Amino acid sequence: MQSHFELFGLDPAFGLDKEMLEKAYRDIQSRVHPDRFAHAGDAERRASMQWTTRVNEAFRTLKDPVQRAKHILELHGVDVAFETNTQMPTDFLLRQLELREELEAAVQKKDAALLDALRRALAGERLLLEAEIGESIDKRRDYPGAAGPVRKLMFLDRLNAEIDSAYEEIE
Amino acid sequence: MALLQISEPGMSAAPHEHRLAVGIDLGTTNSLVATVRSGAPVVLPDSLGRPLLPSVVRYGAAGKVEVGYAAQAKQATDPKNTIVSVKRFMGRGLKDAAHIENAPYDFVDAPGMVQLRTAAGVKSPVEVSSEILRVLRERAELSLQGEISGAVITVPAYFDDAQRQATKDAGKLAGLNVLRLLNEPTAAAIAYGLENASEGIYAVYDLGGGTFDLSILKLSRGVFEVVATSGDSMLGGDDFDQRLFCWAVEKAKLPPLGARDMRLLQMKAREAKEYLTFHGEAPLTARLSSGEVVDLAIDSETFCSITQTLVNKTLGPVRKALRDASLAVEDIKGVVMVGGATRMPQVQRAVAEFFRRDPLNNLDPDKVVALGAAMQANVLAGNKPQGEDWLLLDVIPLSLGVETMGGLAEKIIPRNTTIPAAKAQEFTTFKDGQSGMSFHVVQGERELVTDCRSLARFELKGIPPMAAGAARIRVTFQVDADGLLHVSAKENTSGVEASVAVKPSYGLADADIERMLRDSFEHAKEDMHARALSEYRVDGRRLLEATRSALAQDEKLLDAKERDAISQAVTALERLLKGTDARAIKQAVDALNRATEEFAQRRMDQGVRRALSGKKIGSL
Repeated sequence: MQSHFELFGLDPAFGLDKEMLEKAYRDIQSRVHPDRFAHAGDAERRASMQWTTRVNEAFRTLKDPVQRAKHILELHGVDVAFETNTQMPTDFLLRQLELREELEAAVQKKDAALLDALRRALAGERLLLEAEIGESIDKRRDYPGAAGPVRKLMFLDRLNAEIDSAYEEIE
Repeated sequence: MALLQISEPGMSAAPHEHRLAVGIDLGTTNSLVATVRSGAPVVLPDSLGRPLLPSVVRYGAAGKVEVGYAAQAKQATDPKNTIVSVKRFMGRGLKDAAHIENAPYDFVDAPGMVQLRTAAGVKSPVEVSSEILRVLRERAELSLQGEISGAVITVPAYFDDAQRQATKDAGKLAGLNVLRLLNEPTAAAIAYGLENASEGIYAVYDLGGGTFDLSILKLSRGVFEVVATSGDSMLGGDDFDQRLFCWAVEKAKLPPLGARDMRLLQMKAREAKEYLTFHGEAPLTARLSSGEVVDLAIDSETFCSITQTLVNKTLGPVRKALRDASLAVEDIKGVVMVGGATRMPQVQRAVAEFFRRDPLNNLDPDKVVALGAAMQANVLAGNKPQGEDWLLLDVIPLSLGVETMGGLAEKIIPRNTTIPAAKAQEFTTFKDGQSGMSFHVVQGERELVTDCRSLARFELKGIPPMAAGAARIRVTFQVDADGLLHVSAKENTSGVEASVAVKPSYGLADADIERMLRDSFEHAKEDMHARALSEYRVDGRRLLEATRSALAQDEKLLDAKERDAISQAVTALERLLKGTDARAIKQAVDALNRATEEFAQRRMDQGVRRALSGKKIGSL
């Protein structure tokens, strides 16, 4: 099976050019999308749906930093079963606890501004981690070494989702 | 040597005749049909020049059905048989439809979807909706003087799978070839974007009669991309009427009302609401069946205060969509207002305040959805040459998942995923020798299955005996371009494949549709066989046309043997199309479809390669 990068004709890099990705995605979509085959036969409509589904999936994977990194690691045979392997450095876990306490406090005070601040802090930390992953994958070609920061990024993603549902809770 | 002309894949090589395609806005309060004529979208009016068709259906004894203004005129005198706002009941059970207590109908609680007892028998919301669609189809056929080749029907973006499926079924029942279900705010964005040549990120605030949608779209040359969508499928202009109605009942200290008085007062409430859009105060008067006269007046301040919570309720989904899209208010370049209920000044004010800019109102909020749907139908019908058409990328509004141990919902495809989308998930057995597994598919964002919408239950049987945990059941969830879900499952280790058909929870199986179709044809005195024959012929001719143009472009992708197989299937179909054997035509169509499967895949591969080569074939 072709990798998601090959599908879009891109180099398998973590720091990929978002505009190139979007352009390739749209170019392919404009050829295979079901809207182009609304009057075609069943076989073509089915093929069109399968292709579009595949292209959407590849695009979604490459757009998201965690998914993109996991895809690259997978291509290099690094075990990406992160969910079951949750050993993390103590200082990172302590920081996570701290952030979660801040989140709880914000929910209790029903303070959207605190949530906003938390989101901004998180965005900053995410950028640092993404730089670290890019460094490891693109520069040093150290794929197993990238697993650590990818796992951390997943933690932050999860926290981000919790912040989002916290907004709904206090509304 | 002559130069070969190579056209784009998917586009017909031969200039085909212009196909008649329409866009239909099947609204809670009003419905419309539009088409593209000489390049411009127009709403098709009735013979009296009225563009709107009130979404009201009245069932008389002896099978007489009235739709639109005629039915609307009788809603207060014959409330039980006159169905208004049927869209609220589409794909809904008795317990999850709103305002049931204030609706003057005889509800019949059917599994999944509520039904209504009328003078003409028990009717499902699908049947009621199909009456509205049928009138619009006939209006279009009369006005365009020809058979409609396909229709795009719009649905609220926040409609779940059951509501979408119900809408598509209603279309089929009305004899329409449903090319696509299109989300209403997306349709509005198409009409707005093309009219104004807009680029950038826009929000569409769509408050209809019964539903609220908020979509955020990225508009760029030739691409409409929905980034996030959110809403409330149980909130609309009707609720504002309802508040006003309750206010009137309380103010006039009325006793519990009968069906006729209830409908009368609801109508008066709606009139007062509309009057308040342009006036500071509105009268609200009615003579009840007891002879008592209700004589009230309401000023806009009071109206605003009793509906304040409803207006605020729309802002929650707005914030949610912005968060889902990771966008701030400042990123939004404009807010397009859609739906008659956005005419209310307090709604305009609240939106302007939230987005810190004046909302865009330069297209008629009642018509913009139908116009956009017509434009999309025109593209889907292949009436626009490539280069002038556009690409539409829409999303699923609510997460899809399955029930797992402990009544929890496990998300399989998250909301705001671009469609079509698919996800495969593996499951295993938990008992030795377990031969079956049952699945419960749900839709929604909540953790508990009971808080989500139940879409379907199905069982996979015939798993060969194995130790617990050894079986590998791969379940594939496929969401198509209409946002409809298809589920299939197979057991992998043993090589035994079992696929399943998902029966919708709302209880309308294919057999039901067939029965309804039969009923309606008997009613219309149409011949079932003739109808089937004509449908298969249309299918067959369409497939022949598509196959010929595919061969003209890409015959080189086939070897001699493959070409022969396709030619044979083509010849067989051509021969049968001259006859009148509906079943044989259907079989020949299926055979040709099978024969072209591999060819279709290769053509698609080639399309992708060309897209990547960066060269426009036409410019070589």
